[in-house]
Amino acid sequence: MPALEELTAAWEHFSRDPTFRAELDRLLRDYVGRPTPLTEAARLAARVAQGRRLRVFLKREDLCHTGSHKLNNCVGQILLAQRLGKKRIIAETGAGQHGVATATVCALFGLPCEIYMGAVDVERQSLNVFRMHLLGAKVHAVKDGTATLKDAMNEAMRDWVTNVGSTHYVLGTVAGPHPYPTMVGELQSVIGREARVQIQAATGRLPDACLACVGGGSNAMGLFRGFIDDPGVRLFGVEAAGEGIDTNHHAATLGKGRPGVLHGTRSYVLCDDDGQIAEAHSISAGLDYPGVGPEHSYLRDTGRALYLAATDQEALDACRLLATCEGIIPALESAHAVAGLPRVAAQLPDGASVIVNVSGRGDKDMGTIAKHFGAEVSS
Amino acid sequence: MTNAPVPSTSRIAAAFAKARAQGRKALVLYLTGCDPDFETSRRLLLAAARAGADVLELGVPWSDPSADGPAIQAAMHRALAAGGGMAKALDLCRVVRVANPEIPVVLFGYANPIFVRGTAKFSAQAKQAGADGVLCVDWPADEDPELAQALAQQGLDLVPLIAPTSTPERVKAAAAVAGGFLYYVSLTGITGSQLPNLDEASVRVQQVRELSGNRLPVAVGFGIATPADARAVAGFADGVVVGSAAVRIIERAAGEGRDPVPALEKFVADLRAALGPSLESP
Repeated sequence: MPALEELTAAWEHFSRDPTFRAELDRLLRDYVGRPTPLTEAARLAARVAQGRRLRVFLKREDLCHTGSHKLNNCVGQILLAQRLGKKRIIAETGAGQHGVATATVCALFGLPCEIYMGAVDVERQSLNVFRMHLLGAKVHAVKDGTATLKDAMNEAMRDWVTNVGSTHYVLGTVAGPHPYPTMVGELQSVIGREARVQIQAATGRLPDACLACVGGGSNAMGLFRGFIDDPGVRLFGVEAAGEGIDTNHHAATLGKGRPGVLHGTRSYVLCDDDGQIAEAHSISAGLDYPGVGPEHSYLRDTGRALYLAATDQEALDACRLLATCEGIIPALESAHAVAGLPRVAAQLPDGASVIVNVSGRGDKDMGTIAKHFGAEVSS
Repeated sequence: MTNAPVPSTSRIAAAFAKARAQGRKALVLYLTGCDPDFETSRRLLLAAARAGADVLELGVPWSDPSADGPAIQAAMHRALAAGGGMAKALDLCRVVRVANPEIPVVLFGYANPIFVRGTAKFSAQAKQAGADGVLCVDWPADEDPELAQALAQQGLDLVPLIAPTSTPERVKAAAAVAGGFLYYVSLTGITGSQLPNLDEASVRVQQVRELSGNRLPVAVGFGIATPADARAVAGFADGVVVGSAAVRIIERAAGEGRDPVPALEKFVADLRAALGPSLESP
């Protein structure tokens, strides 16, 4: 708790400190590669518009250094950790994108880095494990529980409480105890701020809708924050329906979960009547989380955002669709957002424009995707 | 300044008062409920009481025990595999209470199983099962008083965890809503870690007593694995909590296909002997 209070106070102070902001902005520009483009996807729009006029814009977080939006958060948190005098960085990771992003910034700052990753994820994301090793990080395969993201978070928390004086825990999403949901949301809000300016430059007005995938929910929150106070902009999140939300193999926490407490957050969780956390399932390791950021729970309950779910198969199909229509291979996480697009488009008026967050690129998923399409690749 | 806690009428207070009257420190023993199965767990809890544990902490198995080290994580997974959870932990508490009307039982667990039941319903169920107190690792009582209030409604004690990093304000706030005893965590870390240098813990325990107005006894846990550890901690604490070391005995016996009860009973008796004058004859 004192570590969280220290972090809260530090974030409140430094996030308003002009010197800190300037350094963060410089890193986002010169290292992360911001602003990322907003790319109009006309061929994709034609495919999903069902004969009506629709403009689709892709927010290209896949073009960030390391291949996903995760770096936005890591740069900010590690800059903060440096201000706090922390000498060691730890993080959890699901798909490995957050682990790679953390390891990357640690290399940049010369800080020792240890990453906790579920043993199941280590297996299915071996390319990212190697990337982390190459960046000088130590990767711990967590075998406890379901050996996925939630167990990696448990283990990272165990490490943090043990080494709390020396270590900063770079939590990768808008979940976990306060101040993480607030801090990570603010660090990712650069996505929405940029998109807001870019869409107005492109269309002369705000979009009708924003669409993003939701696991813990950081890329969605980053985009939503740019438009949350504009009631005319509808917000849509797409959760992972896995093998279907009526099976036991999905990660649709907002769609099928109930209020609970996990990782220091009161939010929707997937759990049974006894309170045991359920095993989440998704083809994309980054959405394979039985909890969700508390702000998403709030947006769901207030009706400000709507949450859909896309199955593994729908995500794979959407991945192929975006690849063949636009020449962009999205991460399987981001493919869930694309998969939700036809359903969102059907709810929008003729002539509408919509922003889809392409939170990451698909290189890391080639093995998984190839397997489902019956091909074999060596990575 | 005296360290004497203000006497209370609860079973937990009575157990600490009795130990004190016998010129020794109280032994608090943690076991994960339903580890390795319901019936063996029932026998283990009763054996621990028989062998001299003054207070039982009945660990409620949870899928995501983020404050626990490998020994208790493994115990929870054994227990969950055997059908354990909050519902079974309450059943277990009930059968232990029937067999032993005196031993204080603290339900020790995580927030979600309590939260999904609702605090009022859970507190009523815990009371009905014969529990005396509740320790919830990830429910900060000073941030959200709902659990403390619901337990108070049923006359159950809320036992708080106090860490080496807890600020004086937080110690005071936690103690203000606490009952039974205060659980001081000997280290910054997880259960089952190595016992640290005790000089700091000794100083901190005295501070905790003073900050809480000497209202409750202070037990120390995390990292106490042997009778010698227990004796060392008893030099400055009112009670000594042993958990992971007891759980490892069960793990070893289960792994070898032996009944864990005799080994656990002997371990508890050794701990108890290390804490002061021998058991009074029945």
